[in-house]
Amino acid sequence: MTFFIVSSIIKIIVVFTAIMVGVALLTLAERRICAWMQDRLGPNRVGPQGLLQPAADGLKNLMKEETLPAQADKALFLLAPAMSFVPALLAFAVIPFAAPLPTRWGDVDMVVANLPVGFLYILAFGSLGVYGIVLAGWSSNNKYSLLGGLRASAQMISYEIAMGMSTVAVLLLAQNVTLTEVIARQSSSLFTWNVFPLSLAFFIFVVAAFAETNRLPFDLPEAEAELIAGYHTEYSAMKFSMFYIAEYSNMVTASALMTTLFFGGWDVPFTTWDNTPPWTVWKTLATLAVFSAKVLFFLFLYIWVRWTLPRFRYDQLMALGWKVMLPLALGYLSVIATAIWLLHDRLAWTYDTRFALTLFALNVLLAIPLFFVLDRGHIVAGSVAPEGGNA
Amino acid sequence: MAIGVKVMRRPGAQVSYVRATLKGMVLTLQHLFRPKVTMQYPEEKSTRDWTLSPRWRGTHRMLTDEQGRAKCVACGLCPQICPANCIKLVPGEDEQGNRYPLIYEIDEFRCVFCGYCQEVCPEEAIHVGVHYENSEFSRDRFVYDLERLCAQTHPVSTLWDPSDPKGE
Repeated sequence: MTFFIVSSIIKIIVVFTAIMVGVALLTLAERRICAWMQDRLGPNRVGPQGLLQPAADGLKNLMKEETLPAQADKALFLLAPAMSFVPALLAFAVIPFAAPLPTRWGDVDMVVANLPVGFLYILAFGSLGVYGIVLAGWSSNNKYSLLGGLRASAQMISYEIAMGMSTVAVLLLAQNVTLTEVIARQSSSLFTWNVFPLSLAFFIFVVAAFAETNRLPFDLPEAEAELIAGYHTEYSAMKFSMFYIAEYSNMVTASALMTTLFFGGWDVPFTTWDNTPPWTVWKTLATLAVFSAKVLFFLFLYIWVRWTLPRFRYDQLMALGWKVMLPLALGYLSVIATAIWLLHDRLAWTYDTRFALTLFALNVLLAIPLFFVLDRGHIVAGSVAPEGGNA
Repeated sequence: MAIGVKVMRRPGAQVSYVRATLKGMVLTLQHLFRPKVTMQYPEEKSTRDWTLSPRWRGTHRMLTDEQGRAKCVACGLCPQICPANCIKLVPGEDEQGNRYPLIYEIDEFRCVFCGYCQEVCPEEAIHVGVHYENSEFSRDRFVYDLERLCAQTHPVSTLWDPSDPKGE
């Protein structure tokens, strides 16, 4: 019991620190990568290559004046930044980030809380994050902030469904909701990573995750062109900064989820050496490095997409969510469930490379009509005027 | 549509969002590795692509003769032609009857940097300079007196000549 408490506390502190430092560096990475994509250099003055820029930004935000609108709902106004920030961090608690670490007192699971309901916990806390944004928009007593908050909640509801549907496919394959089991199930070879048997689910999940984290092309809640800055218009100083920390923490969590659910978590590709006991410190470090590399790749993907795509219009966003993503996820789920039932129950195949590659072939077959026929003019339906009518 | 909005008809059958996105991402990724155009200003003041033009008209400079005296003969042409009226000139005369400026001040805040003073000067004494870094701690430091104008060392402007538009 003491061992559990001590190890948990140490894990909490380490993970919290790692995420906070990661988020700070991520703000810098975002600015530098966007600059590079625009043929500029980006912030490189504070410290070597601008590495201390996040510290300078943080210091600036701490020193700035805290403003409080006269008509704002004070309690909720102060609560909202924390409400958006805390769930982002909490969701990370159930994500396993390395192979178990052996110590003198026993193996330590490299996950803050190895919850049996792990996945449901993430869905629950993932949707809680929007409360912070809605409360911020509402308590500011500002039309634009309110609109931003409303957009955030509408968007969250629309895409949560597609996200949930796409992950149900993962759970079907893993036959479990515990994330450590999901990873263990994927780790037998490279092709058993869920991204191969469930490629389209991965695609749907990525799009939904972008919408859930309010990142471009789905950053409607803070669309500065029409809503000034959306839900955080009235915020200043560190409270404003909290929303940014929340956004980036959400990105980290979403990237970690993509890694865990579809890219084998901390599994080192091409070997099975890392997934079996006896556990060693080197295994833990190697799997941690691999996990970080995968998460960093998805974080880069976030930044990459953000600086490539323009923002959707609001009706396009809703049309995409309800008319494309939801039917797509539902249809895909029924196809994949049938396929898994056929392979698993009828043919009694065990889950291995053969099973995964068969499903992968099915995904490729489904992807061809999706990307070459359906995609033509339908994905962003709002951008095309209907035939005959005048939009 | 009640307010007469023009609805653009787009070729819907050819629009593919996913593939357009992938194309765009390839483009941004290529730009990620391209050489950057930023000039690191305080360290780098000119690059291969950008140098200050020799015709740039910046803060003034008074040229001096071999004895270190200002070339100005206080003829009064430059305050006469100055459209901003920023040159203050009080002429004086020494024992040999040579005119020289007792007071010669240019208010760089009023100056519009037209370069007429340089054009009109018969002695080629006052010039606008190829120079642009002029920060000071107070406004009155921007009234340059004769001593300060003579002490400037930056290159002087080669003004645009209508009969030689390319500067040859």
